[in-house]
Amino acid sequence: MSVKDRAVGGLANYVDERTGAAKWLKKNLTKVFPDHWSFMLGEIALYSFIILLLTGTFLTFWFDPSQREVIYNGNYAPLSQVHMSAAYASTLRISFEIRGGLLMRQIHHWAALIFMAAIVVHLLRVFFTGAFRKPREFNWLIGVGLLTLGIVEGFLGYSLPDDLLSGTGIRIAEAILQAIPVVGSYLAFFAFGGPFPGTAFIPRIYTVHVLLLPGIFLGLITIHLMLVWYQKHTQYPGPGRTEKNVVGYPLMPVYMAKAGGFFFIVFGVTAFLGAVASINPIWLYGPYTPGQISAGSQPDWYMGWLDGLVRMSPPLETHAFGHTISWNIMIPGLILPGILFTGMALYPFIESWITGDKREHHLLDRPRNAPNRTALGVMSLTFMIIALINGGNDIIATHFHLTINQIMWFTRFGLFILPPIAFVITKRLCLSLQRADRELVLHGRETGRLLMMPSGEFVEVHEPISPEKAWTLTQHLQPAALTVAPEDANGVRNPSGIKGKIRARLSQAHAEQIPVPTESEQKELEGGHH
Amino acid sequence: MKHLSRYRRHRFAAPALILAALFTLGTTFSLASALPNKAHAEATSQSTLVAEGKQIFARGCSSCHGLNAEGGSIAPSLIGVGSASVDFQVGTGRMPMADMSQQAMRKKPVYNEQETAALAAYVASLAPGPASVTNESLTWERDGSVADGGQLFRTNCAMCHNFAAQGGALTLGKYAPSLMGSEPKQIYEAMITGPQSMPVFSDKTITPAEKLSIIKWIKAAQSEPSLGGASLGRVGPVTEGLLVWTLGLGLLVGVAVWLASKAR
Repeated sequence: MSVKDRAVGGLANYVDERTGAAKWLKKNLTKVFPDHWSFMLGEIALYSFIILLLTGTFLTFWFDPSQREVIYNGNYAPLSQVHMSAAYASTLRISFEIRGGLLMRQIHHWAALIFMAAIVVHLLRVFFTGAFRKPREFNWLIGVGLLTLGIVEGFLGYSLPDDLLSGTGIRIAEAILQAIPVVGSYLAFFAFGGPFPGTAFIPRIYTVHVLLLPGIFLGLITIHLMLVWYQKHTQYPGPGRTEKNVVGYPLMPVYMAKAGGFFFIVFGVTAFLGAVASINPIWLYGPYTPGQISAGSQPDWYMGWLDGLVRMSPPLETHAFGHTISWNIMIPGLILPGILFTGMALYPFIESWITGDKREHHLLDRPRNAPNRTALGVMSLTFMIIALINGGNDIIATHFHLTINQIMWFTRFGLFILPPIAFVITKRLCLSLQRADRELVLHGRETGRLLMMPSGEFVEVHEPISPEKAWTLTQHLQPAALTVAPEDANGVRNPSGIKGKIRARLSQAHAEQIPVPTESEQKELEGGHH
Repeated sequence: MKHLSRYRRHRFAAPALILAALFTLGTTFSLASALPNKAHAEATSQSTLVAEGKQIFARGCSSCHGLNAEGGSIAPSLIGVGSASVDFQVGTGRMPMADMSQQAMRKKPVYNEQETAALAAYVASLAPGPASVTNESLTWERDGSVADGGQLFRTNCAMCHNFAAQGGALTLGKYAPSLMGSEPKQIYEAMITGPQSMPVFSDKTITPAEKLSIIKWIKAAQSEPSLGGASLGRVGPVTEGLLVWTLGLGLLVGVAVWLASKAR
């Protein structure tokens, strides 16, 4: 044993005797994780969050969250002697006078956009593979919570610099707040500490942005990861993979290296974007004053769909008992997002109610094997993308020589017509893919080799697929449709009534599948007439 | 004077006086008439310009605007629009229109400077209206203030032309154009004539000095360096979102696929 080894051993022993860490580490460092690129999407979000914490801390050193009026006399000449808030002036100072400040600001903003994008693609992976099923419903709920809070956190960050764009965003947020019937105006006064814009809002959202929400994020992310650890990671189906095992590589050293390396790559890509591409050039927007606005004012992309919904909403208002109910803001700004996010949060429970499936699932679904769910996902995505398109309607109009009115009417109708079409097409595609799988298992792969039979007939030679592949294609269980009899054997009416009927109908839709080839069907073929 | 008065009865006194008087009168007359003569020459050249403009107008504009610029079913009357309007519309190539789209597009001018001036003179001769200016007469470089111009621009112009003068969409396919290629006189003339969907910013709304500041800010915006890297068109978060979903997430997912691929 060399001197070095002895020194390291001694140190490890010293720590272990005091913490008992060796046993815990031994168990957990060998923990196995499955390997797939789509399991790393959540990691992108996690690493962007760390980047956000680091760059955000740097920015707080110089940012002055105050709406106190100052006269600018910094380096940026086009704003010289202009009256502005201290928040805006200090953001200009970070951008132009603090060494590395602009780069840090840009990395922070790009990281925020990547954070939200990574959350969304991670959520889509979890949804389309059915990873939210029992026992992971709580983690799904935490994920939906993180997405929602991410939107709020991002919006607050966008609002802090108090430039013309962020002030416009705050004004719209105030309008949405005011659209809540009866209490709306009181809530707005409460949030702004008086009439808009006041001097209280930016200091307040600063505390929420740098303290409260990051704290909640840290807590939720910790629980999110602990649950993944405790429940073990899901895996894609394949030979040797069951509901009771995890096939993959140990944390130490494989995932330590992969995850560690991936962190630096995420940091690298974010820093690259921050270095080469301008984001939120606040000095061009100018300071916020309620009397000014810029054409093409937009929120960041993760709120673009919300802006799009508000933009397409028809001007509906009701006046009753001295109150105005602004349906034009309330429906797209509060009710629709409420329905969408509640539906998303409850989806695991809804699906399990429909299918009656109460088993644990650690093997993932291939999206085609859950056609109804996949179609529903694509349908929701279509809805969001149409709303997002309308959020950028003015930019699309000028750059593609279209008219804003055409885009608005297209999205107004498209919002209702296209998602159902997307549903039907996706479901048909899934079933076709299932048919192709069945064909592959039963008749093998098309080799492209043609054979002339003695009779002169041409046939294509099919080659059987490997047993491993055949297993992967046939291992899943297909849900059976629940039947809800209107009356039981004694002629007593089923008390579940209309609810039961809806459930039966939905369950039938879920059970609409191409039958997986049974073992006997496969055997028969092996015995072989092909 | 006494020695002069001795000759007042001299026989040449009267003819000499008459000669002197005639000489003075003649000189004064010729001097006085020299000025109106020059003005007359100018009036003549102006009227030839107007005549030339009228000819061009008849050839290139009258099919829509009418033979006497009185307007028609598809084009407005030009009586009283002034030379500034003509200089702007023709000088930026918007007129004559290429097609009957929602709005005349900026394009390469069809008429040269001389022809544009002739057209402007003709239209101005119909009725008084805002007069055209020249780039040289606008002293924005000396008199304007960029910071004031920025404030004025954000208050009066940015709502249509965007915060960085990149242009923006209006209703029904109309748009506020990008000001990245606009010359000072065109900006000034646009403000005083209100072309297409643009309102008129009279000297009471925005004083001539303020107009110079706006021009100075737009000129600064035209040469504004891209401080944070690629500018992404200066149209706000839409292009930023596009870049994050394509390049940003594309790179990261690409790396994830690479990291998860089996070592060979």
